[in-house]
Amino acid sequence: MIKRFLVLLLVLSMGVMFSQLLVGYSPDRQLNATAHYYATQTASETGAANIVSAIIVTYRGLDTLGEVTVLFLAAAIVGMVLSAKQGGQSPTSASEAERQLPPYPPVGELLATGTQLLVPLILMFGAYVIVNGHLTPGGGFQGGAILASGMLLLLLSDPLRTIGHRLISVVESFSGLAFVLLGILGLLLAGGFLDNKILPLGTFGSLFSAGAIPVIYIFIGLKVGAEFSSMLLNLAKTEER
Amino acid sequence: MDLFIRDNLMLAMLLLLSLAMLVAAFMAIYSKRSLPIAMLAAGLVSLLASVQFLLLGAPDVAMTEAAIGSGLTTFLFFFILGRVRGGANRD
Repeated sequence: MIKRFLVLLLVLSMGVMFSQLLVGYSPDRQLNATAHYYATQTASETGAANIVSAIIVTYRGLDTLGEVTVLFLAAAIVGMVLSAKQGGQSPTSASEAERQLPPYPPVGELLATGTQLLVPLILMFGAYVIVNGHLTPGGGFQGGAILASGMLLLLLSDPLRTIGHRLISVVESFSGLAFVLLGILGLLLAGGFLDNKILPLGTFGSLFSAGAIPVIYIFIGLKVGAEFSSMLLNLAKTEER
Repeated sequence: MDLFIRDNLMLAMLLLLSLAMLVAAFMAIYSKRSLPIAMLAAGLVSLLASVQFLLLGAPDVAMTEAAIGSGLTTFLFFFILGRVRGGANRD
């Protein structure tokens, strides 16, 4: 009874708080100082048509590095936990258990055919989103997630297929290293860490423009895609043993 | 006047979307019997959130939400559910 009353009280007080927020809300009629700077100066400073990309990759590039690192940590911990679980049993007993398991039920024809049709398209769309990150909405994170969803579809249609796990981890490490190296190159050649002016800015709005933003975004996309894929592969592998 | 009508229409759409999100979230919490329905409802919340981001003028966030929140996470849940059930049947 008391518990229920407390919950009710909590819900009511939350409601009062949020209603205060709603009543006091008035839409901004003009941008604040930072947003105004970004909105007016981004195009001339970075040459990127998509302001959000310029902020993510150049102005707040260090934050993006942190985000990618957090994602890497998550993938690494998933791998660590799952491999610790596998390490409990000796390899011979694991392979024996694998032999005794009945094979997976065959996937439906719809899934198999759909995968063959869709995976190339999905991968191409992911590459498009990554490469056009500085022109249109989207970029490394979104494109990387799309790449990983294509990988997930491959895993779904054929659970026993081994997609080079080694290759994926090499791609991940290489792109992380390249991301940091590009940042240091910006420190040496241009204004600061992850500055995009190490490459010429090019004509505004064309594919090869905005300095190093597309290059950095390609590495971010590869890294995010590889991280998600390695997480999925780890999860898929554990159950097979 | 025209702007006023458009703004109010936008507000009505956003409120409707929020209501639909609440309903979907409620479904996700209270469908204890059926795990797949809960997962689908959670994916629906993300999908509606991404539409809302798009209406509010944040296409980048909308893409991230659609790709990760509603796409990858939902399918990952189903993938794991299939694996867990397959493992349970085999034992």
